[in-house]
Amino acid sequence: MKTRSKFLASSALALMLSAGGALAEDIKMGAIAVLEGAFTVLGEDSMRGVEMAMEEFGYSAGGKSIELIKQSSDASPDSAVRGARKLVEQDGVQILVGPLSGSEGIAIKDYSKTQPDVTFLNGVSGAQDTTLRDPSDNFFRFNTEGAQWMAGLGEYAYNEKGYRSMAVVAEDYSFPYTQVFGFLEPFCRLGGSAPQDARFYVPIGNKDYSSVIAALPDDVDAIYVALGGADAVNFLTQYEQAGGDLPLVGGSITVDQTVLGSKGRVRDFVIGTPSAGPISDTWEDERWQAFVAKYKEMFPDGFPSPSLFAHGYYINTKAALLALDAVDGDLSDGGAAMREVLASLEFETPTGMVSLDERRQAIGSIFLTEVTEDGDGNLVNKTISVTENVNQTLGVDYDKFLEYGAVSRENPVCE
Amino acid sequence: MSDDRSLISRVHPGWWLLGALLVIYPWIASDFFTYQIGGYTLILGLIALSLMILAGYGGMVSLAQITVAGVAAYTLPVFGANSVDVLGLGWPVWVLYPFAILIAALFSTLVGLISVRTEGIYTIMITLAIAVSFFFFARQNYVLFNGFQGFAGVDAPRFFGIYWRDPTPFYYVCLVTAVFFFTATAYGARSTFGLTLQAIRDNPRRMAALGYSVTAHRVYAFFLSGIVAGTAGVLLVLFNGRVSPGTIGVDIAIDILVIAVVGGLRHPIGPFVGALAFVLLENFAIDLIDRERFNTVIGLAFLLVVFFSPDGLIGLWQKAAARFGRKSLDRGANPTGSEISTELAGADNS
Amino acid sequence: MNSLRRNPVASAVWLVLAVILVWLIFAIWPEWLVDILGRKKTFVTTLLNGLTLAGLYFLVASGFTLVFGLMRNVNLAHGSMYLLGGYIGWEVAEASGSWILGAAVAFLALAVVGVILQLVVFQRMQGDDLRQTLVTIGISIVAADLMLAAWSGTTYQYQPPEVLFGATELPIISAVRSNGTEVFLKYPTYRLTVLLVAIAVGVALWLFLNRTKLGMMVRAGVDDREMLAATGVNVNLVFACVFAIGAGLAGFAGVIGGTALSIAPGEDIRYLLASLVVVIVGGMGSVSGAAIGALLIGLAEQFGLAYFPTYGVVLTFLIMIGVLAVRPQGIMGS
Repeated sequence: MKTRSKFLASSALALMLSAGGALAEDIKMGAIAVLEGAFTVLGEDSMRGVEMAMEEFGYSAGGKSIELIKQSSDASPDSAVRGARKLVEQDGVQILVGPLSGSEGIAIKDYSKTQPDVTFLNGVSGAQDTTLRDPSDNFFRFNTEGAQWMAGLGEYAYNEKGYRSMAVVAEDYSFPYTQVFGFLEPFCRLGGSAPQDARFYVPIGNKDYSSVIAALPDDVDAIYVALGGADAVNFLTQYEQAGGDLPLVGGSITVDQTVLGSKGRVRDFVIGTPSAGPISDTWEDERWQAFVAKYKEMFPDGFPSPSLFAHGYYINTKAALLALDAVDGDLSDGGAAMREVLASLEFETPTGMVSLDERRQAIGSIFLTEVTEDGDGNLVNKTISVTENVNQTLGVDYDKFLEYGAVSRENPVCE
Repeated sequence: MSDDRSLISRVHPGWWLLGALLVIYPWIASDFFTYQIGGYTLILGLIALSLMILAGYGGMVSLAQITVAGVAAYTLPVFGANSVDVLGLGWPVWVLYPFAILIAALFSTLVGLISVRTEGIYTIMITLAIAVSFFFFARQNYVLFNGFQGFAGVDAPRFFGIYWRDPTPFYYVCLVTAVFFFTATAYGARSTFGLTLQAIRDNPRRMAALGYSVTAHRVYAFFLSGIVAGTAGVLLVLFNGRVSPGTIGVDIAIDILVIAVVGGLRHPIGPFVGALAFVLLENFAIDLIDRERFNTVIGLAFLLVVFFSPDGLIGLWQKAAARFGRKSLDRGANPTGSEISTELAGADNS
Repeated sequence: MNSLRRNPVASAVWLVLAVILVWLIFAIWPEWLVDILGRKKTFVTTLLNGLTLAGLYFLVASGFTLVFGLMRNVNLAHGSMYLLGGYIGWEVAEASGSWILGAAVAFLALAVVGVILQLVVFQRMQGDDLRQTLVTIGISIVAADLMLAAWSGTTYQYQPPEVLFGATELPIISAVRSNGTEVFLKYPTYRLTVLLVAIAVGVALWLFLNRTKLGMMVRAGVDDREMLAATGVNVNLVFACVFAIGAGLAGFAGVIGGTALSIAPGEDIRYLLASLVVVIVGGMGSVSGAAIGALLIGLAEQFGLAYFPTYGVVLTFLIMIGVLAVRPQGIMGS
């Protein structure tokens, strides 16, 4: 018993001491993403974004070297907070970048309120409420969120495609609600309709959509599909097998490269499907092309092109480094000066200029894309248009936007 | 139990040392170690203890213990206060906490009623199915559970001028709770009920033939373990400040089983040892190995224990202690099968 | 026939229900019925979806229940075997260009895995049910993580043989157009194939259990293991055979399911749960119980998805708890 207690005490002591082992000059930065479980590939690409920004600055800013400490969560808010707490309270990071998914983001925002001397920057999580309602003074989000990502798509479907009524197929959690809201809000304002009984919210991870497809109404012009990854692949295949012939409109991760490039049958019928999001793989602009080239050079075994996860983490990390440069790496005031810089920071990203609103939420560019076939028979997203300066309240007044209510299965009503 | 030595001399000095260490721990440890390692270990240990009561003494492996804890955890924001504008009836804590524990214990009893009527090995499957269906229901239901998002803003109370989520007070609350249930378990195991339960585990047919109600004893064990898990659930939601379906997912249910088995199902200290190992790994594995393969490490550790030391880390410790000529950690605890029968011969039929 | 004589009222109810169902499938629906149930196309397609999903569930669950019935081994790594079979079959099908070869290799590979597990792991802890179950949990945790390392989180889909792709027109009228032409229901050919394969496997299992010597031993072992061993049968050999068939079926189902739906991390848990619920409802150890359980669960899941998607997932579990409350040993359990 004695040996055991001694061992416990001494190992605990060693762990506690090691926390203070690094040079006092260094700045410690933490990054948290999902590095275990099914979303590992996305978390890894997120970390690539962090590393690209760090590499760009040579792992130093404001004359100080930066130590990067990584942490994993399992995509649940509980584990994200535990991970953040370990980084902040044990490793002593002064800046934290992350997390990856929506409900994690809200949890970290809540946690950030208990750590006023630490500067939190979002990773890529896209829940509206992280910054829209009850924001935190030291939580910054330089990436756009789920509803912003839909900017221009509702108008496009109504005006250019001429759709008047839509069915909706989406996963049953907050991110798809946010996307549905971002798409339907302008679509319905223009006069379109999306009846409640034509909205199908399917539990996440449900692979069998055949009965949902059978229940889809015939009398709509198109189907808005907000599914991601495996769910999207399954839906698209099964829809084709069932002989479905309605045109589709996609959410930000419904027809992205991971879905179009999935291992299986090429889905010709998705050609012409419009969607919108924070990046466009094929954007000709040289800023984006340079980013892609750098990504490919640094990570030959990464994705063929950086995902929106790498992009989001890159932007947020870069914002932190720029702000550190501006204050000469001086965080002795608990980072207050740095946060002041961040709040008014405006900088060039691979997807154009980004700035923050008064709730520290990004105002940035959104890409409207459409699936086409490239010369080699691959399906890719072609850039149709770029909407700059999309803000979180989608162009309306903050108070009026709040009246729309929180995103949910039924919001907007739109009969 | 004809042992009439004084309480102090009956307890192995190692326990007093361990107790002293646990009491002074917040003074030697940082806030992080006090709260996230200390507090969380005790909470996970309590949930695993509730499983150990069922599995170790009753032979019923339940995968629904985190669900029972989750029921209590959800009760707090639903009947108390939360920050998401869903429900939040604002009950005062002195009604709320006992109520949450009671609801959890009743839920556990229900789980017991459903699962123990069948043969022992079914319990694990049925409780797994119950755990998953509860998880799905919580994730889909917005009226009561606020769906995928769950509840945030569950605050700890402030009284006597203390904010009870501050690391040190919170740790002590966890410690007192854990010591209480640990002691209750250790002594309960030697009560008539505890011995009967263990006898049922070893030979349900004989006990039934002797006139004992096998089902009633098992269901009552579920009720008691529900109190432990429910209390842990209250602490868990205060610890996290939030509860969502991710809190009660099937992966967590498996984690609890891993903790209990790796720690050891033979002695109530086992679950806490397992929880400590798990929490340390969860927090520091990424500094030592690639976090990516965390589950492989956990799974292999679990397999090794099941293969080579069915009594878990505690079993290893006891073996090592025996080899070095020390006295067993749990002197007098856990009588062997034959001792149980002997004692039962003299016990009243309940 | 016996049951008919014993229980004439129940039999009559079943007959009436069957007639109504046949009428629902083949008749042209009058307006009032459409008002109540929605379009006929939705109803019949969902019914077929339920049946085909039941076929898939039966393929997975039959192996699970067979192993349990004989060895009292709750193999919680059964879902991992499904997923591994799916991945292996995909690799083989992709390399060889033959889907059928992929399915065959998946069956054989997993049968071998099953035998190895039985010989190396479970034989050592014979009779210790709980420890065996715990081992299978450990295996499933490690297997899921290693498969993630090997095949990453990407979604894999099979390319079924060309003849099976597309839709078949069924002799069921789904609607009548205003100009009087009848619209016949179209249904994915592959899913119909799944149903046929499941029925074929079910028949083959029945023949194996009732018409072969090994099958007789298995049945005898289910009833009384000690007695079987006492008669001089090499029990370990019988166990290894049954484990091979059970694991092989799981691997084979991985290919079938991966073609109908897809293969991705997390499917192991999904199909493990499906198997659990199916055999709990149907009765542990009974192959016919697995068929009935699969039918109930498959139909419940699909009708739930189509008519009330929010709580569709919960419906299957409610059925399970309901069955447990009334008949703890399952519908066909003894």
